[in-house]
Amino acid sequence: MSTRTLISPLVLARPRGRAVYWTVFGGVVLLFALAFLFPVYWMVTGAMKSPDEVTRTPPTLVPDRWHLSGYTDAWDLMDLPTHLWNTVVQATGAWLLQLVFCTAAAYALSKLKPAFGKVILGGILATLMVPAQALVVPKYLTAADLPVLHTSLLNSPLGIWLPAVANAFNLYLLKRFFDQIPRDVLEAAEIDGAGRLRTLWSIVLPMSRPVLGVVSIFALVAVWQDFLWPLMVFSDTDKQPISVALVQLSQNIQLTVLIAAMVIASIPMVVMFLVFQRHIIAGISAGSTKG
Amino acid sequence: MKTASKPPAALPPAALGVPEAPRSAGRRTGGPSRRRLADQFRAYAFLAGGLLCFALFSWYPAIRAVVIAFQKYTPGSGGEWVGTANFTRVFHDPEFTAAWRNTLTFTVLALLIGFAVPFVMALVLNELRHAKAFFRVVVYLPVMIPPVVSALLWKWFYDPGAGLANETLRALHLPTSNWSNGADTALVSLVIVATWANLGGTVLIYLAALQSIPGELYEAAELDGANLLQRIRHVTIPQTRFIILMLMLLQIIATMQVFTEPFVITGGGPEDKTVTVLYLIYKYAFLYNDFGGACALSVMLLVLLSTFSALYLRLTRSEGEDA
Repeated sequence: MSTRTLISPLVLARPRGRAVYWTVFGGVVLLFALAFLFPVYWMVTGAMKSPDEVTRTPPTLVPDRWHLSGYTDAWDLMDLPTHLWNTVVQATGAWLLQLVFCTAAAYALSKLKPAFGKVILGGILATLMVPAQALVVPKYLTAADLPVLHTSLLNSPLGIWLPAVANAFNLYLLKRFFDQIPRDVLEAAEIDGAGRLRTLWSIVLPMSRPVLGVVSIFALVAVWQDFLWPLMVFSDTDKQPISVALVQLSQNIQLTVLIAAMVIASIPMVVMFLVFQRHIIAGISAGSTKG
Repeated sequence: MKTASKPPAALPPAALGVPEAPRSAGRRTGGPSRRRLADQFRAYAFLAGGLLCFALFSWYPAIRAVVIAFQKYTPGSGGEWVGTANFTRVFHDPEFTAAWRNTLTFTVLALLIGFAVPFVMALVLNELRHAKAFFRVVVYLPVMIPPVVSALLWKWFYDPGAGLANETLRALHLPTSNWSNGADTALVSLVIVATWANLGGTVLIYLAALQSIPGELYEAAELDGANLLQRIRHVTIPQTRFIILMLMLLQIIATMQVFTEPFVITGGGPEDKTVTVLYLIYKYAFLYNDFGGACALSVMLLVLLSTFSALYLRLTRSEGEDA
């Protein structure tokens, strides 16, 4: 039984209330279908129309003849396997490095009491205040010529991976979670002779599955959806992720082929969303309720 | 607009707000100082990777932005101090005024359109008792479509020839529009795209906030004779005031960094009607090879947005203490 909302259940139970309710319900279903599902349908079927049909006026709701050639052409002509693979490599690496480095750092800040730990945490939290996009140019210059080492991360997946680790939000999320793990549990492990790494691996991490899941989803989605940073990092066409490649190739390619490529580029994230939707939606909703 | 857009941008405010758990008092006592040194060494071994990345890609660039803003900087050969020349040069660029005007207009429009719409949607969805899961998934679907794909999709809808937008208007016997190609309509067209692509996250956050309102408040208001609008005004809005404020600040921060939509859909045009500040930064760096100018612009954007961020963090923190 749901709790009382704006409109009282009594009003809804009356015949007039029920009529209004179902009218509104129908209206919202229709609106949502038109606003959010229809564009997706239009994209998926648009790619299956013939090049003539897709530019015809008035447009056809259902393709006259279904062509799969849009999709196969996109796959071959736009070299989608390469770009999809690049994206997978970039996202997976960023995800793994973030898990390893952010978890280790959060564990250290939460449980190992390093000297100047508070200062470091403050420095990390301060970066939350700095809007990321405003710093892309100096970040680019740093990636192009790393201090001391004087090597360049441009056109290398490392150019995506390492900056992704500097994610104050995920690190703080992990630290906050670790803070809740009682010291006694860790000390018990220590008495049993477990080292710091062993404690992290066999005690802390198994307890942290929920937060690791949230961090993983955030990390993967962020890399897959990003545009400006990979646009700067990868000037080399063969190294570009799908988002950058789509825009670069969109100028001189047939419309149906481009649309098919757009659909293919969306599939991984949409599938991931449909699989993990409960967790994703719960995560977003939970974040808002205060306290 | 990376609003309460992608999950990472939709900072759950509470996560930042709750005060830290008290540390257990003091370090383990009695260990010889050598042991302590070993402890410190181990702690820093765990910290090293993360710390290095923060130093390289957050702290150092922030300092560097300020330094390069006062330099004539050529990659490879370093910088040469030029005082405030970058700022004056950027300031006298006619595109500078256009970029700031467009960015501010975009933000205001995004607040008007992109703010009211999700709130009303959440309000209605919260009253519906059927197919809740369906609505939540569908409203969030556009958020999961890569922003570049959303932008290209809408570019196709806006096409003056066979675009869906004008076809729909024609079918309804309404006058057609130039959408993203028209000087007057381009910016609004981009706001519509950004709103469509991002409102899912905002709706879900509002929905959660609405569900935390105690039902008794509505009952009491009803007993006092409050009608529907009065209940919204005197119960719903005051109860969600904090979330509304948070999301508004986040949205201002996000929309002022808009880049993908103008870059992909309009290329800054027609004329300079959709050049945004971030787009201009990109142009200075990669078209004009003027990194000093780009950093001068970055610093201006940084100062402005950090003010909003500071306000945001302050509010979330004080709310966390109150709770």
